[in-house]
Amino acid sequence: MSVVTFISHDGEKYETPLEEGVSLMQVAVDNMVPGIDGDCGGEAACGTCHVVVEDGWIDQVGRSGPVEEEMLAMNPEREPNSRLSCQMRLSDSLGGLVVRLPEFQL
Amino acid sequence: MTEGRALVVGASHAGVQVAAGLRQQGWSGEVVVVGDEPALPYHRPPLSKAYLAGTSSLQDLALRKAEFYAKHDIRLVQSTVTQVDRAAQQVGLNDGTTMGYTHLALCTGGRVRTLDVSGIDLPGVFYLRTFADVESIRALAASGSHAVIVGGGYVGLETAASLRALGLDVTVLEAAERVLERVTAPEVSAFYERVHRDAGVVIRTGAQVSAMAGDQRVREVVLRGGERIPADLVVVGVGLVPNTELAAEAGLYVENGIVIDDLARTSDPRIVAAGDCASHRMARYDRLVRLESVPSAGEQAKTAAATLCGKERPIAALPWFWSDQYDLKLQIAGLNLGYDELVLSGDPSRDRDFTCYYLQQGRLLAADCVNRPRDFLKAKQLISQGLGVDRAQLESAAAAS
Repeated sequence: MSVVTFISHDGEKYETPLEEGVSLMQVAVDNMVPGIDGDCGGEAACGTCHVVVEDGWIDQVGRSGPVEEEMLAMNPEREPNSRLSCQMRLSDSLGGLVVRLPEFQL
Repeated sequence: MTEGRALVVGASHAGVQVAAGLRQQGWSGEVVVVGDEPALPYHRPPLSKAYLAGTSSLQDLALRKAEFYAKHDIRLVQSTVTQVDRAAQQVGLNDGTTMGYTHLALCTGGRVRTLDVSGIDLPGVFYLRTFADVESIRALAASGSHAVIVGGGYVGLETAASLRALGLDVTVLEAAERVLERVTAPEVSAFYERVHRDAGVVIRTGAQVSAMAGDQRVREVVLRGGERIPADLVVVGVGLVPNTELAAEAGLYVENGIVIDDLARTSDPRIVAAGDCASHRMARYDRLVRLESVPSAGEQAKTAAATLCGKERPIAALPWFWSDQYDLKLQIAGLNLGYDELVLSGDPSRDRDFTCYYLQQGRLLAADCVNRPRDFLKAKQLISQGLGVDRAQLESAAAAS
């Protein structure tokens, strides 16, 4: 079974099953990964599902879109590989994906 | 204190968040969520937006997938709670049975405010609150050609935009002198009237509905004064009534909503409440505030769960809201209660992106941000800090960045 891994700010690892066609935010919420709130339900409106994609995965995952970019722009923990996980649809090709969580969500 | 049965009334956004929060905070006893709808608990905000317009699916609507509840031992019960007996610590269900609790969370939400006019029960006239409502509206929208929306609030305007996207002719009837009158400045109301008119929607303000007319189904909406507007489909969105009856009958303190403190506690220490049904005394605004807002429901629910687990996590997050219409993403930070000054960044009479800042005695109180996510996030910070703001900077800064 394919998995995705979330690494918290203090280094704790959370491995969850990869579910195809579902957003990374939804997978985190369904598996109660602490640190992903997803308050708006996936509309890129709240900025509470920020993740940083590990180097090596960003090309496959893709960079942020325009609306997402605006939401990330003001984030003090912004990194070059930052994404809103609600805007990342999972597919089988992302099996093994690793993302890091910021210290705080907005 | 984390043993026994935590009973959550209402399979709402708040209700599901309380249940999830209980597990996250280490509640080891039973968690039961009682809801009266047949579907898995779902997101309501997209109902009038992406779901009505057909750009999101049922799978996207579910708050959590079915396996989540099994995995975390959260029992969903489809039933209606008819009574809370605080002395016996049990609730009565509509099938005549009772269910005991050690702690109770009231997340009963609200119901649509009804319109008391003749013909309101005709087929083709809908309210919009549930998944089932939207299914019915979508089915009729497929064949109808002219929709009339009663009510120019957020739900009404979002519904207008979604039905327009489905290709219907749409008329919005608003009883007040402008749309969104209760919640925004006149400049923002004028902006939304303009963009809807540009999209081909007919907006009628000062229009009071006196009846729905038809035969087997609705054919016309009748205005006070006698004018008749053709309609194949009518959607009424004139507000929400909080479901506080259970709490009031149980003798809990209710004032517009079920009154809760900073730890989401009602006047009974065994009972917490969260969401649209709750009135929270907010120090920031120095008054009881009942919000109809998913972020606020989530915030209160997280606090309620922590409280039941014996932890202190006061309700603190700044209220915020959002609304999607056409290509416009409105994000609202804070509440504009009691503002005495407006500052505009951008020109709402011309642009499709701008921010309307609401100030009180030189401090930022709230901001309506249209297609301006940066302004929104900046405003959240500024409001939370509570410091004085530089008007010139508000007008220009974020817009240019």
